Amino acid sequence: MFKKFQPSSDISGQTQVKSSVSRSIRSAILSQWKIEPETLESVWPKKEGLVHVKCREHISIYTVSGIPLFFQHFDGPFYPTLRFLHKYPYILPAVKVDRGAIRFLLAGAHMMCPGLTSAGGYLPPADQALAAETPVALLAEGKEHAVGVGITKMGSEEMRKINKGVGVETVTYLGDDLWEHEKL
Amino acid sequence: MGKKQKEKKEEASPPEATAVEPSEGPVPEPRQPKTVLYCAVCSFPPEYCEFGSRFTKCKEWLNDAHPDLFSQYYSEDALQSKLGTMTLAAQQKLEKDTAKKEAKADAKADAALKKKMSSQVTIKRIERNKRKHVTTVHGLEAFSIDLKKAAKQFASKFATGASVSKNPQGLDEIVVQGDVAYEIVEMLEEEVGLLKGVPADNIEVIEEKKKKAAAAE
Repeated sequence: MFKKFQPSSDISGQTQVKSSVSRSIRSAILSQWKIEPETLESVWPKKEGLVHVKCREHISIYTVSGIPLFFQHFDGPFYPTLRFLHKYPYILPAVKVDRGAIRFLLAGAHMMCPGLTSAGGYLPPADQALAAETPVALLAEGKEHAVGVGITKMGSEEMRKINKGVGVETVTYLGDDLWEHEKL
Repeated sequence: MGKKQKEKKEEASPPEATAVEPSEGPVPEPRQPKTVLYCAVCSFPPEYCEFGSRFTKCKEWLNDAHPDLFSQYYSEDALQSKLGTMTLAAQQKLEKDTAKKEAKADAKADAALKKKMSSQVTIKRIERNKRKHVTTVHGLEAFSIDLKKAAKQFASKFATGASVSKNPQGLDEIVVQGDVAYEIVEMLEEEVGLLKGVPADNIEVIEEKKKKAAAAE
């Protein structure tokens, strides 16, 4: 999503978010992520105005005092930015890709099922199975920090069964243009 | 760079250091963010440096700044365990790829620097009215100077209006009211405030007579 992203040409406007809207965003995030209200409050204080950065192709990035915290595509789920995820890694369910896939992930590729189901990969066990279209943190074999944020394209059980094709679509990854811009 | 942002964040969050599970206490406290170290060279967490395009430099930096981490990531053991998960051919290929990528990144950086060094800053004095002039400055953005902020600086320095506007070619330039061409040259040479990194040789001063200015409008 952010493989090519230039603030000068891709941002069409920045506006303060109305307090009623920001309240609904806050509640949406609290319901979508595993984050405590207090933790969110410490990162995004209620008093601090949220700024909506409108970008091409219906991408909305939300920033607090210039630092992008999370973004959204059209009406879709909210994704944390990678820096935010590094600080609070537990807010999204995690999947892990094997070492061979890291190279491709860092080039912006979507994650294929075999990379997730192989020995180095990790998918949540069956009792915590992920549904399709769930935002996930992408971890990598042998690494501590997340390498990207993605959205599942099929359920985790389905991935195990089919084991072919795109399992997790990469939304943002280490070294993409959103990562490059610490401030907007 | 990432570290700086990090520190700011920490200041913003309340100072209590203990991470408390929110369900336990009557007054839940926010969980403390994890401190993540980012490489100063490639901005990745150091464990991902090996996939970046400046791996050699990243390694040097890590060795200097955080020797403990360096030994953790690049000790014989660590390298050995990494090797274990990969065939020799794959390993060699990866090494070759990394070297290639590094060379490419270097070439790219060189080209960017060259381009930067060869780009001109044009300062133009345009006659508005017999005795009145405006000065336009074009090409500062190539030296990664924020035009809006630079305009503000000019405005406060000369106590005149200064704005960023598009010239007839559709390129951004700073328009300062009044004839301040030589003062701006001086400022650029002395690197006042924001105006940093412009070599004196790349500054060009042009005078434009009224006829031309009228045609341009």
